[in-house]
Amino acid sequence: MPEKLVSPALDGWHTIGDDPQLLGSQCEECLTYFFPKHERECKNPNCSSTKFLEIPLSREGRIWSYTNACYQPPAPYIAGDPFEPFAIAAVELEIEKLIILGQVAKGIDVDSLAVGMHVDMIIEPLHETEDEIKMIWKWRPKKI
Amino acid sequence: MKNEVAIIGVGMHPWGKWGKHFTEYGVAAARMALQDAGVPWKDIRFVSGGATIRCGYPGYVAGATFAQALGWQGAEVNTSYAACASGSQALAAARNKILSGACEVALVIGADTTPKGFLAPAGGYRPEDPDWVRFYLGITNPTYFALYARRRMDLYGDTLDDFAAIKVKNAKAGSKNPFSRYKKCFTSEEVAGSAVVADPLRLMDICATSDGAAALIVCSLEYAKKIGKSDAPRVVAISTTTPVFASGIVEMPDIATDSAAAQGIEHQSFRENLPKKAYEEAGIEPKDVDFAEVYDLSTALELDWMEDLGLASRGEAASLLRAGETSIGGKIPINASGGLASFGEAVPAQALAQICELATQLRGQAGERQIENPKVGITANQGLFGHGSTVIVAT
Repeated sequence: MPEKLVSPALDGWHTIGDDPQLLGSQCEECLTYFFPKHERECKNPNCSSTKFLEIPLSREGRIWSYTNACYQPPAPYIAGDPFEPFAIAAVELEIEKLIILGQVAKGIDVDSLAVGMHVDMIIEPLHETEDEIKMIWKWRPKKI
Repeated sequence: MKNEVAIIGVGMHPWGKWGKHFTEYGVAAARMALQDAGVPWKDIRFVSGGATIRCGYPGYVAGATFAQALGWQGAEVNTSYAACASGSQALAAARNKILSGACEVALVIGADTTPKGFLAPAGGYRPEDPDWVRFYLGITNPTYFALYARRRMDLYGDTLDDFAAIKVKNAKAGSKNPFSRYKKCFTSEEVAGSAVVADPLRLMDICATSDGAAALIVCSLEYAKKIGKSDAPRVVAISTTTPVFASGIVEMPDIATDSAAAQGIEHQSFRENLPKKAYEEAGIEPKDVDFAEVYDLSTALELDWMEDLGLASRGEAASLLRAGETSIGGKIPINASGGLASFGEAVPAQALAQICELATQLRGQAGERQIENPKVGITANQGLFGHGSTVIVAT
């Protein structure tokens, strides 16, 4: 049986290589960041720029808040069998001054998390299809 | 005075899971409101509906659907959709119509029939829709409520017992409301014993989804006087303002907040911004408010709203709760109707249900849950993507 192809769950939102990154954009004029990527009129009402750069976002940040999913979410979430609860974190990126949600790395539950904790962005499987493993960004507490 | 309209009739269909067509609930609420107002249906010149998106085309054109169900009589119609804030926007449309002089008396109405379980988005592969994306990642509505609740625990030292106390308080009030879905007076042990859904929130910290309907008959102050109802409660302010860029709290259904990296930009919260315009329009301050109906999608959110409305200093809402000041009989009763904890959410009807409670309390007709001699009440609710509405009603 051939190995499954590994691909991003959300194409264009993140890369999946050895050095994975969230792909955002930045307004060339006012320097506002966007995630997901935004490449039309700037959302800053003081700015009328239409020029944006695709830019990888910081791979680390601090937990703004966190929770978990104890029950299986509805579709389009695709659960494993059996469903395994997972933690979720809202992470503040210092340079970009924005908060991004994401699952927390597999096996780490809420008891290991705290507001203000430093985390890294990693890539893990979100779900599998017949011939692909769909990867997604997750947050993982930094080893101190 | 120039922006005011009178509420001369209120009507509701009891909340529940009745499984009937939403128009049935709506018509029942409308008939009750008309009877309460003593206004014949044929005299209504504007029907302003809150849309429901789960009930097909009749729901998308709710204003016309209700007008047809009540019997076409040539009134103008309008439909507003703003998720949970739909009712307030429908009310704002009616107010504008009345204040412009185009109509004297209007029906504002919202009704919904909801599916069981989590609210979920339309299917397919639609990564351009943030609502689809967040569900794909396993992020449900309780995720957001839990993030805010955890933050309160971390920043202000709120506890699970505080959250349970809100459910107990609201359940007690709701047990005395003939229109609420849940009549049981829960104990804090029962809340604590319910399953964790999204840590730190348990099943009983989170509101359900319900069927239900609410309707208002609103009119010009002149019309109210003409029919002998010059002492009817008045809508003195409606605010549907957004925050000013950059929105700094991750709001349903977004995956990320705005960035505040540009020069001169600071993070804001829509919940905090929303009441400013309402207080200004009403010409009052938070200290003038006697009671509030706020959107307790989760128990903890009730505390956020109290602070956002200026009814408590930041971080102090739980101490008012602990002192019993937010119960009926306290200094600032919150959710005397029983709130979402007792109703569950019937999206296009909910903002109107809040206003029905304000009007009922201000008329002194709330029975066992009556607040002592209230003069001013405020509502607050949230739609999606960081917007919502707040309405002030006064005697």
